[in-house]
Amino acid sequence: MKDDDTVFHALADASRRELLDRLYARDGQTLRELTAGLEMTRQAVSKHLGVLEAANLVVTRRSGREKLHFLNPVPIRLIHDRWIDKYTEYQVTALVDLKTELEENRP
Amino acid sequence: MNSTTVPTTTVQVHRVHIRATPEAVWEAITSPEWTKRYGYHAPADYDLRAGGAYRSLPSEAMVAHGVPADGPVIDGEVLEVDPPRRLVQTWRMLFTPELVAEGFTRLTYEIEPEAAGVTMLTVTHDVTGAPITAASVSAPPSDAGGGWSVILSDLKTLLESGEPLYR
Repeated sequence: MKDDDTVFHALADASRRELLDRLYARDGQTLRELTAGLEMTRQAVSKHLGVLEAANLVVTRRSGREKLHFLNPVPIRLIHDRWIDKYTEYQVTALVDLKTELEENRP
Repeated sequence: MNSTTVPTTTVQVHRVHIRATPEAVWEAITSPEWTKRYGYHAPADYDLRAGGAYRSLPSEAMVAHGVPADGPVIDGEVLEVDPPRRLVQTWRMLFTPELVAEGFTRLTYEIEPEAAGVTMLTVTHDVTGAPITAASVSAPPSDAGGGWSVILSDLKTLLESGEPLYR
């Protein structure tokens, strides 16, 4: 699915993941705030934010003259629900069953 | 922005693209028949006019866990209605006294048609001054049921496939 490709591509870069982590720590930052303290140039950060926005992982909002960047976790949730659940559900269920069984058999 | 004490996380933005019409998305957000089929399965009860009341009634699972069946679990007031494009309301969870004490937050649904039968839904939740509410609506699934990410993922699946993700 094309949307998934865009999200995986956007996440497959340490700088972009760092930007998402910075938004997770504090949401709604400007480009200037996001660039502060990073090794990257403002242009590089802006380009990375563009990739994240195209993948819907970042949503921008205008607030007066400023453009604020917000982390949108929904695409990651969609990948989780469509891909990760499918492969982990059985193992998790098995572990929960094991835990229940062990606890019930406790003397 | 440069005033004295600005709380850290004040606004949460959640966005999803859904292969459905804006009308279908609007209906899925505002009708009890649809709202009980995804997310927390809590039927929404809207008086869809400015100043109208909003309440979310407990789901069957909540009632099974001891939540009173007759009272709302979320309440609020409708502020702006522009079907099927925009809904602004206040929103307060009533599960605990601490949540009630945080008071009303502000919730905005924006529904925008895009190309090829896809609709973009953006949920903007201003949770300024409501840290417990903020944590609940952005929580990982193991805590409070997942918040907006889980609700919107489930809504997308329901509208696109006719079947919800979770039961």
